[in-house]
Amino acid sequence: MKVDRRSFLSFVIGGAAGTALSPLPWKLMDDSSIWSQMWPWTPVPPDGEVIYEDTTCSLCPGGCGISVRKVDNRAIKIEGKKGHPINDGGICLLGLSGLQLLYGPTRIKSPMKRMGERGEGKWQKISWKEAATILSEKLGEIRNKGEAHTVAAISGAGGGTVPALLQRLLTAYGSPNFMRMPSQSSAEEPVLKGVFDEEGRLGYDLENADYILSFGSGILDGWGSPVRMFRANSQWKDNKVPVIQIETRLSNSAAQSSRWVAINPGTEADLALGIAAVMISKKMVRSGNISGFRGWKRELLAGYPAEKVSETTGVPVDVIVELAKGFGSAKRPLALYGRGKGVTAGSLREISAITALNALSGNINEEGGLWAVSQADYIRWPKVDTDKIASAGLSQPRYDGAGEDSSGLAQSLIHRIAGNINGEEPYQLQALLVAGANPCHDLPDSQGVNAALSKIPFIVSFSSFNDETAAMADLLMPDHVYLEKYEDVPVCAGLVKQVVGLSKPVVSPQFNTHHLGETLITTAKMMGDTIAGAFPWEDYETCLKETLGNKWDSLMETGVWEDSDVNTVAKKVKPAPLDTKIVTAEGDVNSFPLLLVPYDTIRISSSYIGSTPFMVKTVADTIIKGKDGFVEINPQTAEANGLKEGTIATLTTPRGGARVRIHLVHGIQPGVIAMVRGLGHTAYDGYLADKGVNINDLIGPVEDPSSGLDAAWGIRAKLDKA
Amino acid sequence: MGTLDEKAKDVMDDGVAHTGRDKDTGAGGLIILFFIIGFAGSMVLGWVVFPKLLYSQKQQPFNFNHALHMEEVDNGCESCHSFREDGSFTGIPKLAQCTDCHEETMGESEDEAIFVEQYVWKEREVPWLSYSRQPDCVFFSHAAHVIGAEMDCITCHGHHGETETTRPYEYNRITSYSRDIWGHNISGIAKNTWDTMKMDDCAQCHKKAGVNRTSSVQTERDACFVCHK
Repeated sequence: MKVDRRSFLSFVIGGAAGTALSPLPWKLMDDSSIWSQMWPWTPVPPDGEVIYEDTTCSLCPGGCGISVRKVDNRAIKIEGKKGHPINDGGICLLGLSGLQLLYGPTRIKSPMKRMGERGEGKWQKISWKEAATILSEKLGEIRNKGEAHTVAAISGAGGGTVPALLQRLLTAYGSPNFMRMPSQSSAEEPVLKGVFDEEGRLGYDLENADYILSFGSGILDGWGSPVRMFRANSQWKDNKVPVIQIETRLSNSAAQSSRWVAINPGTEADLALGIAAVMISKKMVRSGNISGFRGWKRELLAGYPAEKVSETTGVPVDVIVELAKGFGSAKRPLALYGRGKGVTAGSLREISAITALNALSGNINEEGGLWAVSQADYIRWPKVDTDKIASAGLSQPRYDGAGEDSSGLAQSLIHRIAGNINGEEPYQLQALLVAGANPCHDLPDSQGVNAALSKIPFIVSFSSFNDETAAMADLLMPDHVYLEKYEDVPVCAGLVKQVVGLSKPVVSPQFNTHHLGETLITTAKMMGDTIAGAFPWEDYETCLKETLGNKWDSLMETGVWEDSDVNTVAKKVKPAPLDTKIVTAEGDVNSFPLLLVPYDTIRISSSYIGSTPFMVKTVADTIIKGKDGFVEINPQTAEANGLKEGTIATLTTPRGGARVRIHLVHGIQPGVIAMVRGLGHTAYDGYLADKGVNINDLIGPVEDPSSGLDAAWGIRAKLDKA
Repeated sequence: MGTLDEKAKDVMDDGVAHTGRDKDTGAGGLIILFFIIGFAGSMVLGWVVFPKLLYSQKQQPFNFNHALHMEEVDNGCESCHSFREDGSFTGIPKLAQCTDCHEETMGESEDEAIFVEQYVWKEREVPWLSYSRQPDCVFFSHAAHVIGAEMDCITCHGHHGETETTRPYEYNRITSYSRDIWGHNISGIAKNTWDTMKMDDCAQCHKKAGVNRTSSVQTERDACFVCHK
């Protein structure tokens, strides 16, 4: 049988007819359409039971209540908790995207010890037992040499039992060197001690105020408790409350205010004093709450006439008078202090001037006013029983010299750490424990800080994330993230009433991490003797439960405890002498003709918790473009320097240099340039690392001689076309 | 004559040869035979071989006896396949629900032993393979059908609740979905309402039941996104 062409064609035609009458083509078509609509590699979240679990957000000091939507055991979404006293259903960008921190690639997944050189990124996974042994043996070794004081700890800005346990461990061990990262709370310390002459914290009764004078406070840029601020701002708009934003730059807060008053950078204190002088001369003062008022008044009127103040601040005389009239005639005026997010302390002169302005309006501890209240004091543990070595260690001077200055206004002067280590005084640090803080990125003069840390022979990081400081560590003992643990969250953040939130585990720990409280208790117990004795609790949860006492039940039930019965600590204000030293920007005017000022935005996290990928996506391409960060500059200044929009330039300050792009903005004074805080990370993930410039590389601390605190508000700089 | 003429002759001869072959009835039969071979072969390929190639099988982790459980419970299917408070459907029960009764081995079957030892004691969820799961692009609400339209389970799931063994789970190699969606008959023809679970089946039933919803303004029918999220 010969198969010829015709037979073959016939076979093919028969085959085609048969195929058309079989399900094969039609089924394949259907299947391929299903396949192409649902690529098997597209992640599909598993189905399951939907529940909401409430907890407290501790990503910033704001202390918002959150509801986490879960499907079975997986957290899906974070929402603001309705009815919460701080945020009542609202949430910020960082809080909303917290799950990216929980599930994201920046977590440290187990305890590790360093294998390669420092910063090389070579680690070996170890067991928790081994990690605890390394830590306790190393600490024991230093202590046995009688050098307990050479161990230091840096804690994050938050309060509560965990930082208190770390401080307690240090005290029982014999080191006075417990330091905190700068925060709004630490920035308030000198106000209370230096101006009110008491210990405590500040509360702003924003919701009841009817005239707001903000001295650069980022009302919508993350000052205080951000969601509360958004809500207060809406309330002010509804009630037509004037909000005056005094700021060098047209920030978001300034743009949303009723009036933006542009001011020469660093002259806020002069303006406050100028306004005070006009109020006094116009007899618009309502309070005798200033001690030594007569003498102060005489000096003020002589030293701060409106014309002179206008010259210093760049604010026209009529505006100064108008502000004084507005502030003086309002029923419940309130002046806010703290630039941007309010984290940097500012000078004593500035603090004093703004507080005095509040005192003159008679709003201290009044409705809609400024409150000086006591700290929440629920942590009442017995005093640590120190042994001989510990007592000897504790009698050594603090590494940063805090509390020993003539002023003694601050509990911690962490900005000194880099200078002291690099200058090898007062002694050499042998070990550093870092918890909930990222000093290598967040402290001013970060290059100096990095150089300093590289001189410390043993660094332990308890960070949950692979941040810049964790990269410098020798031992990593990662803490749970906030959604995995119990912890108390005392909220200051400018609230008048005392509020303590409870963080509860919403999901089980995702990785081999341990609660920091637990790690500290275990370490203390391993070290034995009086150190173990200072930690009588079986575990952290017992410690927390006992510490919170009768608050525990209500916290478990509602997630938040509040006490509206406010305990005020002082009413009288003692303004700093008018000849208090002015803090100027570092650098020489001739070599550095421009002034660089940092600014904050709610879209970029500028503390230990890095910005989430979601946040970075919301940042305009006039702030970061690709890997380049921008500086804002007035078109006039740009033209004088031969710079155009988008040009690449070299920005140099006395502390360092960086490659930047130019963004022309009319809302900034000629001669001043501004750069955002919180960028230029080298660690974390691809969403955050190598984007923009870390302004802390360019700016260093400038100590206010009257308070010892870092009062840098800017630095002199120059821009050269690259 | 030149070469052109020779070529012309060849063509003519070819023509003659063809005419001659057409007259040969044996060759015509061969063509039909090949047509039939091609036709039959592709029919066998399409109807018999293709389904075998298209679908693969997996065994369930262990055998489950629905009939036995139905005797034990009071509330039929809903005793285990229940609705949550928010109206969502639980589907296949989680381990926690099983351990209410099966904390220890009940009875002597081998499957019971596997279940208790491998899953209950080790606190592992049983990786059941769901016969009825629709593709991800389909949003199906049990509440709307079972509670709203008061349909019974059999309409879509057949007599699954009376089975004593769990049949092998067959899935499509291309889409990776269960064979039950298209139905076991490769032609897609259904004798019973539960034989197939394609969109046409949804539409047919909705038409029959007179479900007259007009969520789409343009088509005055239900919009795509009602079911396709």
